[in-house]
Amino acid sequence: MSGAEIVIKALADQGVDVIFGYPGGAVLPLYDALFKQNSVRHILVRHEQGAVHMAEGYARSTGKTGVVLVTSGPGATNAVTGLTDALMDSVPLVCLTGQVPTHLIGNDAFQEADTTGITRPCTKHNYLVKHVDDLSRAMHEAFYIARAGRPGPVVIDLPKDIQFAEGDYLGPDEITHRHYRPQTVGDPARIAEAVDLIAGAKRPIFYIGGGCINAGPEACKAVTEFVRATGYPATATLMGLGAFPASSPQWLGMLGMHGTYEANLAMHGCDVMVAVGARFDDRVTGRIDAFSPGSKKIHIDIDPSSINKNVTVDVPIVGDVGAVVGQMLESWKKKNPQIDGKALEKWWGQIDSWRAVDCLHYEQGQAPSEAIKPQYAIDRLYQLTKDRDAFITTEVGQHQMWAAQFYRFDKPNHWMTSGGLGTMGYGLPAAIGVQIGNPDALVIDIAGEGSTMMNIQELGTMAQYNLPVKVFILNNMWLGMVRQWQELLHGGRYSETYSAGLPDFVKLADSYGMTGLRANQPDQVDDVIKQMLETPGPVIVDMVVSQEENCFPMIPGGSAHNEMLLGANDHQEQTKTEDGMVLV
Amino acid sequence: MAVLVDNEPGVLARVVGLFSGRGYNIESLTVATVSEDESSSRINLVTSGTPMIIEQIKAQLGRLVPVQDVHDLTEEGPHVEHELALIKIVNAGSERREALRIADIFRARVVDTAVDSFVFSLTGSPEKIESFLELMRNLGDVEIARSGVVAIQRGEKRKKDV
Repeated sequence: MSGAEIVIKALADQGVDVIFGYPGGAVLPLYDALFKQNSVRHILVRHEQGAVHMAEGYARSTGKTGVVLVTSGPGATNAVTGLTDALMDSVPLVCLTGQVPTHLIGNDAFQEADTTGITRPCTKHNYLVKHVDDLSRAMHEAFYIARAGRPGPVVIDLPKDIQFAEGDYLGPDEITHRHYRPQTVGDPARIAEAVDLIAGAKRPIFYIGGGCINAGPEACKAVTEFVRATGYPATATLMGLGAFPASSPQWLGMLGMHGTYEANLAMHGCDVMVAVGARFDDRVTGRIDAFSPGSKKIHIDIDPSSINKNVTVDVPIVGDVGAVVGQMLESWKKKNPQIDGKALEKWWGQIDSWRAVDCLHYEQGQAPSEAIKPQYAIDRLYQLTKDRDAFITTEVGQHQMWAAQFYRFDKPNHWMTSGGLGTMGYGLPAAIGVQIGNPDALVIDIAGEGSTMMNIQELGTMAQYNLPVKVFILNNMWLGMVRQWQELLHGGRYSETYSAGLPDFVKLADSYGMTGLRANQPDQVDDVIKQMLETPGPVIVDMVVSQEENCFPMIPGGSAHNEMLLGANDHQEQTKTEDGMVLV
Repeated sequence: MAVLVDNEPGVLARVVGLFSGRGYNIESLTVATVSEDESSSRINLVTSGTPMIIEQIKAQLGRLVPVQDVHDLTEEGPHVEHELALIKIVNAGSERREALRIADIFRARVVDTAVDSFVFSLTGSPEKIESFLELMRNLGDVEIARSGVVAIQRGEKRKKDV
C-alpha cells in the first residue's frame, strides 16, 4: 500500500466521511488516492483558513473529529489561524499537511515551510512522518489525541515521498498510545467535599463552560439534571451556551464582559461557585482581584492546567465533566441533603431584583424612518426560528455578543462561535461545515459586514455544493466592537473603523447564483426573515441596522463584575484607568 | 524539576517553547536518554516562580503529549543536585601555582595541561562551582563550560522507567 493509500484507509477506519481541503503540489499523491475511492468525501474550499473553520463547525455540531487536508508551505501557513482557533476553543481536528520530500526538508525548497515548527504552539500535538512505517501509528494516534482529554487540533505533516512510499497498514485496534491517558474520573474524596459544599450553600451559582459541550450531549444532560436537582441558578460562558437550556427558570443568561446583569452580579455575590468545564477566562472574570470575592469555588475540568491558572479555587476536581457530574449526582441522590430553603429563597429574591433591571432592554420604534436595531433583528430571528432546531454560527464582534444575548439555546452543539481566539471570518466557513454535517438542518451565520468580508471567498464553496446556509448580516457599516471601544475609551476618535468599500451584498449573492435580500426598515425585518427561511438554497440577508448602537451591558476592561455599564448614559461614570486601557 | 519525556524529535522544542510562550524562566536545562531502549529522555530543568506559577508549569508540562512524568524535586523532599563544569584558565607564574592549589582544595581534577593553561573538571553543587569560578577569575583568563544541574531524589524510591 502506498503512503497516500494508508492515509485514506486510516481516515476511513476512523469513521471519517468528509474532509475539507485544497490541493497543491505536495499533496498530489493524496488527491490521487482520494480520486480512486468512495469512502471519504472531499469538500473543496477557497482558502485553507476556511477549510479549518469548516472542520471546526462540522466537529462542534456533530461531535465528530473534523479533518482538513492542505498542501505544504502556504497551504499549511494559511491553516494556522484556524488551528489556533481550534486549540483555544478545544475543538478536535486532524489536519493533514503536505510537505516537500524528506531529502529536500531544510533546503528552502519550493513551497517548503517548517510546518511542525510553526504549528507546535498552536496545536495540541503534531507529527512529521519521516518513514512510511510510522504513518499508521501517526494517523491513529492523531485521532486519539485530538479527542482524548481536552480536545484540540493535531497536525500530521506528510512529505511527498512518504505519500508515494510503499508500506504496511496497521488498523486502529493495533495501535495504542504509549502513555497518554488523561484522567477522566474525579477523585471521590473531592467529590464528597464538593457535594457537601454545594448542599450547604446559601447563595450558590453554577458557572457552565464549553467543556460541558465538549464532554458531549450526555454530559450536558447530567449537568442539567444536577442543576435542576439543586434548584440553584445557572449561568454559562459564551462557549457553554446550550449546555443548560435557556428556557429553564434557573437560567440567568450568559455571564462575562457582555453578560447579563443578573448573571454577573450573582457571580460576584455568590458564596459557592460551581465551575463546570469553564476556565475563568479574562472575558468572564473581569478584574481578577475583584472576582467573586466571597465565594468558595469548586472547579471541574479535564485539563489540570486550567485549575488555579487565573483564579485560585477551593475544591479542584480533575476529570471529564460527564463522569464527574455523574458521580456528584449519584452522591447527591444518595445523601439527599437538606438544603437551606430559606437562604435559597432569599437568594432567588435578590436575583429577581437584578432581573427586574431588564439589562437587555432596547427600544425599537416601528416607524419606517427608524433604523433597525440589531437586537431587534436577532430577537425576531430567534422568535421566527426557535421551533426549527436551528444551528447558529457567528463571526466576531458586536453581532456575536448580541446573538449570544438574544438567541436562546436549549440544546448543546447548536451554537458555533469563535470564543477564545475571537477569529473574524469564522462564521461563514463554520456554517458551511455545520451544513455539511447536518445536511437537512437550518444553518444560519449571524454575521457582521466586517467579519463576513474576512472569509467571503467561501461563498464559492457554498455555491459549488449548493449549501442552503443563511448568511444573516447585521450591516452597520462599522467594525462595531472596535468602534464601541473607541467611543467609550478613546474619546470617540474612530480610527480606521468605518467599513468603506463594501460590496452590495444582494448583488454579490446574485453573482454567485444565490438569493440576496435586504431590510432597511423595522417593518421589513419579519418579512425578510420569513422569505429567507422559505427560500431553498443559499441566502444572503443584508440587514441594514443602526450605526450607533452599542453592545450593553458591558464590563469595561479592568473593571469588576459589579462595575457594569448598563447603557450609553452610564459611561460617563466609568473611571478610565491606565490599567483598564491596556487590557483588550 | 525532572521531566521524563518520549525520546522523539521536537520534544525539547515543545518544552522550551512552552516556557518562552508562557513567559516562564529557564535557569538551566539538560537532557539525555535514560532508558535502556533509548525510548525515554530525562530533562533536568531549573526554574523559579511563585508556588502558583510552579504549579502551572508542572500542569502545562504534564499536558504535553510526549511528557510521561513531571517531578518537582524541590517540593518532593531530599534530593541530590550536581553540576559538572569544565574550566580553562590561562595564566603563568605564581598565579598558575595558586590555581592548581585552589583546584586541589575544591577537588577539581586537571584534565588538560598546556604550558600556559589548565583545564579543570569540577563536579558538585552549583554554589560550589560558583565559588570556585570566583576564585579562578582572579587568577587569569577563564573560559567556562557548565552542564547545568542534574538532580535525583534520595533514597530507594525509583521514578517510573528511569
